[in-house]
Amino acid sequence: MIDLALIGLTRFLVGGHPVWRGLSQDVRPRLYFANHSSHLDTLLIWAALPDALRGVTHPVAAADYWGRGDLRSLIATRALDAVLIDRSGGKRDETLEPLREKLRAGRSLIIFPEGTRSDGLLPGPFKSGLYQLACDFPDVELAPVYLKNPSRAFPKGALLPVPISCEVHFGAPIARINGEDKAGFLERARSAVAGLS
Amino acid sequence: MTPQQKIYALFGGVFVVLAIATVVGRALAGRASEAQKETIQNLNDRIDAWWAMIAIFLASFLLGRTATLVLFALSSFYTLREFVSLTPTRPTDNLSLIGAFYVLLPLQYLLIGLDWYGLFSILVPVYGFLLVPILAALAGDVNDFLLRVARVQWALMLTVYAISHAPALTMLNIPGYEGQSFLLLFFLITVVQFSDVAQYVSGKLFGKRKIAPNVSPSKTVEGLVGGGAAATLLGAGLFWITPFSPLQAAGMAAAIVAMGFFGGLSLSAVKRSMGVKDWGRSVKGHGGVLDRLDSVCFSAPVFFHLTRYFFAA
Repeated sequence: MIDLALIGLTRFLVGGHPVWRGLSQDVRPRLYFANHSSHLDTLLIWAALPDALRGVTHPVAAADYWGRGDLRSLIATRALDAVLIDRSGGKRDETLEPLREKLRAGRSLIIFPEGTRSDGLLPGPFKSGLYQLACDFPDVELAPVYLKNPSRAFPKGALLPVPISCEVHFGAPIARINGEDKAGFLERARSAVAGLS
Repeated sequence: MTPQQKIYALFGGVFVVLAIATVVGRALAGRASEAQKETIQNLNDRIDAWWAMIAIFLASFLLGRTATLVLFALSSFYTLREFVSLTPTRPTDNLSLIGAFYVLLPLQYLLIGLDWYGLFSILVPVYGFLLVPILAALAGDVNDFLLRVARVQWALMLTVYAISHAPALTMLNIPGYEGQSFLLLFFLITVVQFSDVAQYVSGKLFGKRKIAPNVSPSKTVEGLVGGGAAATLLGAGLFWITPFSPLQAAGMAAAIVAMGFFGGLSLSAVKRSMGVKDWGRSVKGHGGVLDRLDSVCFSAPVFFHLTRYFFAA
């Protein structure tokens, strides 16, 4: 119920039309990674996925925002089935463990590798979590996603979201290249997202 | 005929016309050549969307005035959303857009429901005009300030203020026409939409001389004259649902046709300046909601005031 209401509200307010640009709609373990500029981002990708894909996909959300407050944590845990992670520091291995658990179970994840919301239209530098997960799970598809307009609809620090149509662009999966170092991989992943803008 | 019976007769007539269009469209699709397929597909998409739009319009008439106001408030909402989405707003415009979407838009329709004509007629042009720069200034971004404020003001005038004049026809108190003013809304929408279709068809068949090729290459003198004449005749033929004589109804229809034409033309210019062809894609075959309502935006206020000035008490 809550999930249907959320999808309905998202579409009414900001649309969130999906644009498939080289990604198949088959159900398979996937890491969707996207630019991050608004609290709408998680909802937008989640609502844009077809039912079959949405059912096996968990957004990864920051515990310090989505875990706080009754309404937010209700949305995050009950409707979105999100994995909450602690980004206050601590060992990276521990931080990523709940994500590995989902991937081991054959589920898909939505992550925002910038780590926090940026102001710009293009994504900033990516943090290394995406690289770690890509190395640990070589069979998981790496799908770049570009979110168009959410920073206008609900920018950082804004009181309320306003109705501006957003689009969710799903790009072709990026390949793994033997011998590529961390920095090279992260930059390639970042430009895959930027390339969809 | 009672007003209720008139409504059934009118929608019955529209259904017959649409049913014929549907049969013809499907028949054309059956024998279309490869080159024509796309045009015919678009035609059939448009006819299907017409069924949906007519059904929504009929439901709002049957459910009463509140439902009609909600329908037009939603139309304003979607057209404002389309307009703002295509307009390059900045994140710092969030506050003025909150004022536009969540304060001015609902208030404008609430005022119609309350029959508060005085405030209805100045809410957006006076208070909205002042509120938008206040909110934009409070947001603190001075980049392109005047341009950003003007865009939001323009969007509000067009999609909220102008469109709200269509359902505002139900506010008019016309002697001898009590309880029927919602038929004026039917008159306006029917004439303006028929005019769009008739101009399109007439332009396709006879169009030669382009009126403003840089703005809208599909608008021709022949399309305007042929389609406009047909819509004016239709308006005259509908005089029995209005407080007008046949001649007056023809004059009103002609005014609606002219303003509708200029609405389509002006908004084409806006779209071209933004580098797009359609306002959106929410109405299959038609583009966005504003692509269907651009002519209503310009004709509704003029028809409202002509009727109010010459016929209302």
